[in-house]
Amino acid sequence: MTTDAPVNTPAPAPTSTVVDGVHYHQYDVVIVGAGGAGMRAAIEAGPQASTAVISKLYPTRSHTGAAQGGMAAALANVEEDNWEWHTFDTVKGGDYLVDQDAAEILAKEAIDAVIDLENMGLPFNRTPEGKIDQRRFGGHTRDHGKSAVRRACYAADRTGHMILQTLYQNCVKRGINFFNEYYVLDLVMTEVDGPDGKKIKQPSGVVAYDLASGELHVFQAKAIIFATGGFGKIYKTTSNAHTLTGDGVGIIWRKGLPLEDMEFFQFHPTGLAGLGILLTEGARGEGAILRNASGERFMEKYAPTIKDLAPRDIVARSMVQEVAEGRGAGPNKDYVYLDCTHLGAEVLETKLPDITEFARTYLGVDPVTEPVPVMPTAHYAMGGIPTNVNAEVLRDNTTVVPGLYAAGECACVSVHGSNRLGTNSLLDINVFGKRAGNNAVEYAKTAEFIPLPDDPAKEVRELVARLRDSTGTERIAAIRKELQDTMDAKAQVFRTDESLAEVTHIIHQLRERYMNIAVQDKGRRFNTDLLEAIELGFLLDLAEVVVFSARNRKESRGGHQRDDYPKRDDENYMKHTMAYLTGDPHSAEAGDHIDLDWKPVTITRYQPMERKY
Amino acid sequence: MSTATIDQPAAPEAIESFTVTLIIRRFDPEVDDEPRWQDFDVEMFPTDRILDALHKIKWEQDGSLSFRRSCAHGVCGSDAMRINGRNRLACKTLIKDLDVTKPVYVEAIKGLPLEKDLIVDMEPFFESFKEVQPFLMASSKPADGKERIQTVAQRARFDDTTKCILCAACTSSCPVFWTDGQYFGPAAIVNAHRFIFDSRDENAAVRLDILNDKEGVWRCRTTFNCTEACPRGIQVTQAIAEVKQAIMRGKP
Repeated sequence: MTTDAPVNTPAPAPTSTVVDGVHYHQYDVVIVGAGGAGMRAAIEAGPQASTAVISKLYPTRSHTGAAQGGMAAALANVEEDNWEWHTFDTVKGGDYLVDQDAAEILAKEAIDAVIDLENMGLPFNRTPEGKIDQRRFGGHTRDHGKSAVRRACYAADRTGHMILQTLYQNCVKRGINFFNEYYVLDLVMTEVDGPDGKKIKQPSGVVAYDLASGELHVFQAKAIIFATGGFGKIYKTTSNAHTLTGDGVGIIWRKGLPLEDMEFFQFHPTGLAGLGILLTEGARGEGAILRNASGERFMEKYAPTIKDLAPRDIVARSMVQEVAEGRGAGPNKDYVYLDCTHLGAEVLETKLPDITEFARTYLGVDPVTEPVPVMPTAHYAMGGIPTNVNAEVLRDNTTVVPGLYAAGECACVSVHGSNRLGTNSLLDINVFGKRAGNNAVEYAKTAEFIPLPDDPAKEVRELVARLRDSTGTERIAAIRKELQDTMDAKAQVFRTDESLAEVTHIIHQLRERYMNIAVQDKGRRFNTDLLEAIELGFLLDLAEVVVFSARNRKESRGGHQRDDYPKRDDENYMKHTMAYLTGDPHSAEAGDHIDLDWKPVTITRYQPMERKY
Repeated sequence: MSTATIDQPAAPEAIESFTVTLIIRRFDPEVDDEPRWQDFDVEMFPTDRILDALHKIKWEQDGSLSFRRSCAHGVCGSDAMRINGRNRLACKTLIKDLDVTKPVYVEAIKGLPLEKDLIVDMEPFFESFKEVQPFLMASSKPADGKERIQTVAQRARFDDTTKCILCAACTSSCPVFWTDGQYFGPAAIVNAHRFIFDSRDENAAVRLDILNDKEGVWRCRTTFNCTEACPRGIQVTQAIAEVKQAIMRGKP
């Protein structure tokens, strides 16, 4: 890639034909999702191969744009740092469930990833010498935990916005083909002869529903990259966008491919109380302090060394514990405070302007003069589509699905283990998005198109028709609300077998009620009622996997805290969960259609230790 | 401790809800010849957003009501619409900030082709954006494989225009854009400004030339609608003025 490639080079003319009302396209590389990971992949793939990016949203609406605080890289611009310390922090932050070879790649390639973005035009904040400035963030430390280190490269509290805009700008520069507001609903698999003569299924394309017209499009491709983001909407209180419904992860699941570590969901400590809107950890990186009702800096008790900059799982648990023990603030004692008042107006207005505005707009609280009510908010799925370090999707613990890639939040490499460090996700999308793009191109250079099966759009056509024609009695929103309320109450920061059993039971009921929904909008154009119905199907599927995996892990580790098994249990659970859909997906008991298996954790440098901060 | 089954307490204190009437300009291209106004009553709290009201209607009354939204806190730019005649993001407009003794009028943004209800065709908007070459152009690259140096002051020079989320609230509030769809519109100029005044960029002359076109900055009549409409607080009119001055100077 050069930064000064000819602008707007038209890509090879895409071929498109219409057969029986279905549009057919052919591209070497198809990327599903136009957030950070998808567009970072496109920037690599676009100039080298015919590439299409298919996205449910206009690219700039993607939720990468909501990330705030920074992107980690051991540039050592403001103090001593190196990638090995970053690797260690990532492994320890993930409570040792991180694959250490992958974490090492993440930390090493971080440096180039930041430089790439700067060279592409990203307006990072600068040091007095004009270099990229860096700030502190949770769990990022100097020399294996000695003190907090300034590792997060940032642009005010709009780092994700700047990354999304910069990547989109560079996609425009390279003339990338976007299919905006095309909703991918299926991965087409074709049965081919495997290496040992047995028949295997291999991806040959994707099927998308064009929201504007209601028409179906089949994209045949040599290589397919899933970069579809997370599924925070299984929860009520979440920092995630309404559109983050786990569509890509759900498609992979329904194809019988495994999902890894789904029980590990991150709750970001500082969501605006009652709303869940994110307030960056960068606030604490700049010196903000969490306080309980009596003003006590409670993190001193839970993480004596790095206090408020402990990793998110620890801070979120500490906050919930403070509230549970009666030290919450407010009329219902149900939140704690993020105190920024000592930072001064200038720091807030220049380094944290957006979160300052969010608090003012949505809570009527001015962070310059008042502490801000906060509580944990569902934020990030550590689990997802299992990949190796080349972003290749796995069909079991080791076997690659040829031509299929995943990157970003939808994927599980696993660089985040059981708890992701702040600023490592903006890093993840850049490092593994780039890898996915390059590897997909390399694959497409020698691969042939796999023939599409007869009528590849059949399943999607039937799904869309069934839902659009539905005349049941259940409202989509009512089922979704009950799912989200239940997940918040029973499968949030703290879980028990009892609470998870209750939510399992409710999900089962909701899945039955889902079969009796009514889509009111019967139209073809911009049918967002139909869209929400489809999204709800994915949410229900994924919530079931999350809860089923969580029940099975009888230990507490990272983002998965079991009150009935409060200790980490390396002897029995130092391994990744692998969940498979088997048998009849509509069978009543989750256990009748979900099989769980294990996958070993890759350990290179660091033996698991007790996790103290 | 056992907290797994914490029930969320009810809303703090007893803040009263009240009925708000929304009058929404509906258009179903498969049925309607012309847009029509339809009113809905919804129970809302003062701190709810217009987006919450739209969701409540869609989720409880009429599933066919169509609008775009995603992040719901003002950073993705999906839900720009005209609320009581002003362009705003539905997710940043709180009920308490409107006079709800009267109905609240909600309609799609103007100047872009209406597709359905509150959804317009965004393609012309993004085409204008692309025409100003909204990307860094720089032939030099630091030899040591590091970042380009940019001073704090150089970075601050274009900070305001980096905040744009491409929601189209500004462009679709511009009377010149309403009457002349060829005009680039404020958002495209904002994004040109973002690069023209970036010390690392080498392509300002080309962008200034593009914007010196008859459909460029000179169509701006300085009505300040765009500045008032911007949900990110960008000084849009000022940015346009700075581009005008740069064209006159022949350089940023």
